[in-house]
Amino acid sequence: MPTSEPTIREAVIRGSSGKTRLYVFGAMAALLIVVAIFAESLCPCDPYLQNLDAALQQPSAAHIFGTDRYGRDMLSRVVAGSRVSIFSTFLLVAIITTLGTAIGVFCGWARGRADHLLMRVSDLCLAFPGLVFALAVAGVLGGGLHNAILALAAVSWPKYARIARSQTLAVRETTYLKAARLAGCSTSRLILKHILPNIAGPILVTAMLDVGTMMMELAGLSFLGLGAKPPTPEWGSMMSETRGLLQTVPWAVFAPGTAIFAAVMVFNLLGDAVRDWMDPKMRVKS
Amino acid sequence: MTTPILQLQNLKKIFTRNGQSEFLAVDGVSFDISAGECVGLIGESGSGKSTVANMIARLLDPTEGRILLDGEDVTDVKARQIFRTVQMIFQSPQESFDPRRTLGDGIGESLLNVGRSRSQVRAEVERLLEAVGLPPDFARRYPHEVSGGQCQRAAIARAVAIHPKLLICDEATSALDVTVQAEIVDLLSRLMRERGMACLFICHDIALAQNFCDRLLVMYRGKIVEEGPPDEIVQSPKQEYTKLLIDSVL
Ligand SMILES: Nc1ncnc2c1ncn2[C@@H]1O[C@H](COP(=O)(O)OP(=O)(O)OP(=O)(O)O)[C@@H](O)[C@H]1O
Ligand SMILES: [Mg+2]
Repeated sequence: MPTSEPTIREAVIRGSSGKTRLYVFGAMAALLIVVAIFAESLCPCDPYLQNLDAALQQPSAAHIFGTDRYGRDMLSRVVAGSRVSIFSTFLLVAIITTLGTAIGVFCGWARGRADHLLMRVSDLCLAFPGLVFALAVAGVLGGGLHNAILALAAVSWPKYARIARSQTLAVRETTYLKAARLAGCSTSRLILKHILPNIAGPILVTAMLDVGTMMMELAGLSFLGLGAKPPTPEWGSMMSETRGLLQTVPWAVFAPGTAIFAAVMVFNLLGDAVRDWMDPKMRVKS
Repeated sequence: MTTPILQLQNLKKIFTRNGQSEFLAVDGVSFDISAGECVGLIGESGSGKSTVANMIARLLDPTEGRILLDGEDVTDVKARQIFRTVQMIFQSPQESFDPRRTLGDGIGESLLNVGRSRSQVRAEVERLLEAVGLPPDFARRYPHEVSGGQCQRAAIARAVAIHPKLLICDEATSALDVTVQAEIVDLLSRLMRERGMACLFICHDIALAQNFCDRLLVMYRGKIVEEGPPDEIVQSPKQEYTKLLIDSVL
């Protein structure tokens, strides 16, 4: 058998049409991330520069999305706000994914009393509405983006812990894990080389799908004044600042609103595409 | 007399289901295997053969009894402490390899774990693949990219990589079709002759066990009901159950 011949795996991956969607939404998400990274140099105007003479201007050539009540350029603020909105969401999703997976793998591996205890704690966290918990955290620790992320992380990790735990329980009973034990693997090697790679798929897909949700929740907390603090540009708080003016200057709400809508949409669709692509059964069908 | 490579003394396993109802899967099993000897363990499905195998490989703790390897009590140690001496081949080859890792990774894993360098392991994996009749590029394949027979060859390569003294074959051929079965059995007997390994050969094909083994154990409902040379057992079974087992095949 010549080695150049593609293996079944390679052929299947190459032949799948679901990849187009993955590429399109992947490119759109990448564009958003690039904008977020280079937000400062991409802003046409200084997003913090106030000019009360030019307050609440209609969209024009100089200010494509108009200006807010302090005369700041809305486009610049939306672009600058992408950094806060997107990166704090990524940070939040990274925290809950890592924390939840670590706890879930520990529970599934150790079982017994520690597992029981941690799972009851996760039930408790799951039962709390995120917003109520965030209000409580803000009440105790004060508002601000950091505390908003902490509050959302505290109520969001159980979903990942549950997935990781049930997957770990399943994988530890497989024949290949027995074989790995008989190959003399240490516990850490069993977990790092055999358990984690085999449970990563569903966890990563959940994380991708959660990016949109978490972006919404963070924007929601900022809208309520529990997240990013003015004058930091953040989409949720920008909508909040201008919500009273919806009747008279709709563009001021329109710009950050569209940004949230578009970003959430792109990350959700990317999550869907990744899920379809990861599912081997879907892959073979298409 | 030299000490047997494996001694089982009154081994028992009780499974508890849902934390209440108890099930006696293995009930007082005792037997020895001497170095280089091939012992067949036969019995119907559910008689407890795999449970015995898993306890010997230290993948499952016995409820009672002792396991001695090379005269040393290993009843309370884990698979990780005895893998240099005991290796196992599982019934379904594809399921015995990690789906996310290549066959080469699986075959070389025990060697890596005893501290060999990556380049040494790579060369050794190639030699092992050759010894079991597979081309070297199979080291880069994933378990779902090879046939059942090829995968079982890779599993054999993995099991003999570390030069164990005892090889447990838990129905190593029953998931394969007849022609492939014969090839795998040939390969196993060649490797065992070459390396002087002892073998616990578990199967429910009495004709196969008769050809392959030096001694047969017949297991029924968790107990060893008959023991002796294969021809003697097949020609003049003493137990009613053994007769039934033989009649069902012949
Ligand atoms: N983890 C377990 N929990 C409860 N019961 C079990 C467990 N594992 C095995 N058993 C029971 O123990 C008995 C013996 O099982 P075992 O797998 O050893 O049989 P076997 O002889 O290998 O059968 P087969 O030829 O089908 O592989 C069976 O009745 C099985 O249902
Ligand atoms: Mg079995």
